[in-house]
Amino acid sequence: MRKKEKALREMDAIMNHKPLKARVFQRWQLYLLLLVPVAFVLVFNYGPMAGLVIAFKNYNVRQGIFGSTWVGLDNFKEFFTSFRFPSIMKNTLVLSLYNLVVTFPIPIIFALLLNCLHGEKYKKVVQTVTYIPYFISTVVMVGLVFQILNNRSGLYGSFYQLINGTVGPNILAEGPLFKHIYVWSGVWQGTGYSAIIYIAALSNVDETLHEAAVIDGASRWQRVLHIDIPTILPTASIMLILAVGNIMNMGFEKVLLMQNNLNLDYSEIISTYVYKVGLASGINDFSLSTAISLFNSVVNFLLLILANFTSKRLSGNGIF
Amino acid sequence: MRENFKTMPKSDKVFYVLVLLVLTAFFIIVLYPCIYVLSASFSSGTAVQSGRVVLWPVDPSLEGYKTVFNTPNVWIGFRNSLLYTFCGTALNIVLTITAAYCLSRRDLPGRGGITLFFTFTMFFNGGIITTYMVVRALGLLNTPLAVILPVGINVYNLIVAKTFIQNSIPGELLEAATIDGCSDIGYFIKIVLPLSKAIIAVLVLYYGVYHWNSYFNAMLYLHDKSIYPLTLFLREILMADQIDPSTVTDPELQARIAEAAGVIKYALIVVSMVPVMLLYPFIQKYFVKGVMIGSIKG
Repeated sequence: MRKKEKALREMDAIMNHKPLKARVFQRWQLYLLLLVPVAFVLVFNYGPMAGLVIAFKNYNVRQGIFGSTWVGLDNFKEFFTSFRFPSIMKNTLVLSLYNLVVTFPIPIIFALLLNCLHGEKYKKVVQTVTYIPYFISTVVMVGLVFQILNNRSGLYGSFYQLINGTVGPNILAEGPLFKHIYVWSGVWQGTGYSAIIYIAALSNVDETLHEAAVIDGASRWQRVLHIDIPTILPTASIMLILAVGNIMNMGFEKVLLMQNNLNLDYSEIISTYVYKVGLASGINDFSLSTAISLFNSVVNFLLLILANFTSKRLSGNGIF
Repeated sequence: MRENFKTMPKSDKVFYVLVLLVLTAFFIIVLYPCIYVLSASFSSGTAVQSGRVVLWPVDPSLEGYKTVFNTPNVWIGFRNSLLYTFCGTALNIVLTITAAYCLSRRDLPGRGGITLFFTFTMFFNGGIITTYMVVRALGLLNTPLAVILPVGINVYNLIVAKTFIQNSIPGELLEAATIDGCSDIGYFIKIVLPLSKAIIAVLVLYYGVYHWNSYFNAMLYLHDKSIYPLTLFLREILMADQIDPSTVTDPELQARIAEAAGVIKYALIVVSMVPVMLLYPFIQKYFVKGVMIGSIKG
């Protein structure tokens, strides 16, 4: 009984806005539970952020982060004036914009079409099969692309020979084709998965809207334009903000795996360059690569803010 | 609403036929490479090398699979990947669900600030170099912990779990439990966990697939082949055009590998997909659900 009274008094305290100290103390068990997850994020997410100071230093292992000398913006200057800078910047922008322009609308179109389809069973089969590729790992995906586009033994080679009678050119070695292979293999892999969210949004459309539109003589296409598309617009704008906020981080692992010496002029992007300068080449210039990486993150973050701001202005939807 | 196809206007009929054609085309484009890989993996090495496989297996044989299963690295990788996936996912679930529970409590002072502390990391991060330095400073390099601890908690999944707990567990339960003298931890263990089975299943899938498929952290942090996950061996074999000859001592096997390079790759791709495909029925049930929970703004 006493226990119950005490508990009631506690509830009361919450309702009556006890002083902060008392409310914090009451919830001590929650803070205890939060301790470990917070520690993980602190060490593995904020730790690396603190480490970003080496972008402004000349880091070497012996002197450590604190002992190394400050060099101001020298690392950034070195990157911006390096002869690789224009081509890396261009590749990053071309690849990410091309990727965004193609992989953003296609899942929306796919979801809209699927929503129009008659026959629940076929719909289900199409949806289930099209998101299988999402579960293929990047390594296997790239291996698969290499195998299938092989000009001798792959699917592409077989068909080329069947049609033209000769061995096809090696498209994997042609730099200008890199972006197409990258983006369209991404469409193959990601469309079904990315469409799920739109399909879910479309399943919430008010049926009476459609019924009323049919009575007014609207064609199915008009109903797509005036009912279905407005329904998924809020979801689409959120997804667009997230996509823009991730534009400079896109597909680093996949690009890295798809690179070879023949396409490097077209496939070297900021994130792969960071990896090479910092960890993969013999140079291991931590400061320079961190500076490049920081530049990348800041640009990315600004784009996210900009996209969020624009979207809020235009449609009232934003992520923060 | 289902209209009758026969009575609808002609323009709608054309529209529906177009929709059906486009979707079927896309369906075939997605499905065909999958069938092709499966068929090629069951064909003979020479048939694959000469590009004779088009849809069904040519000269059906199991030589690809035999070679794959005779490669010790594949077994090592498979074992390590299973281990990392199991331990990594277990850690992920514990961290994510406890944090999600705490953040779902509206009566937690400082909840907004703590949530921001987590979500900020979704949009800004230190990058691979400084993360590498942290892992190195902790002495985790070249230990299995290096591929498990740094990805201990995924903030996106945390938000999904928090949204689920907030929306599906009624607040009256907390009131009732508090009146009965239940502590915050007791409420978590006795009430929240049993009611969160669906979201835990979703998290297991998200994290499990992530761990099984990830390769980059392993490539950065691990140097000994004995602790490589399967994806690193896959990368070696699929990208470098050959199985490391030094790991194959049998000369007959070496000759077979040279002849059957293509079919081995296809067989390997299939083998590496088996665990995920075994989960596929569950994925279908929970995955879509998870994406939908994630789409509700928390």
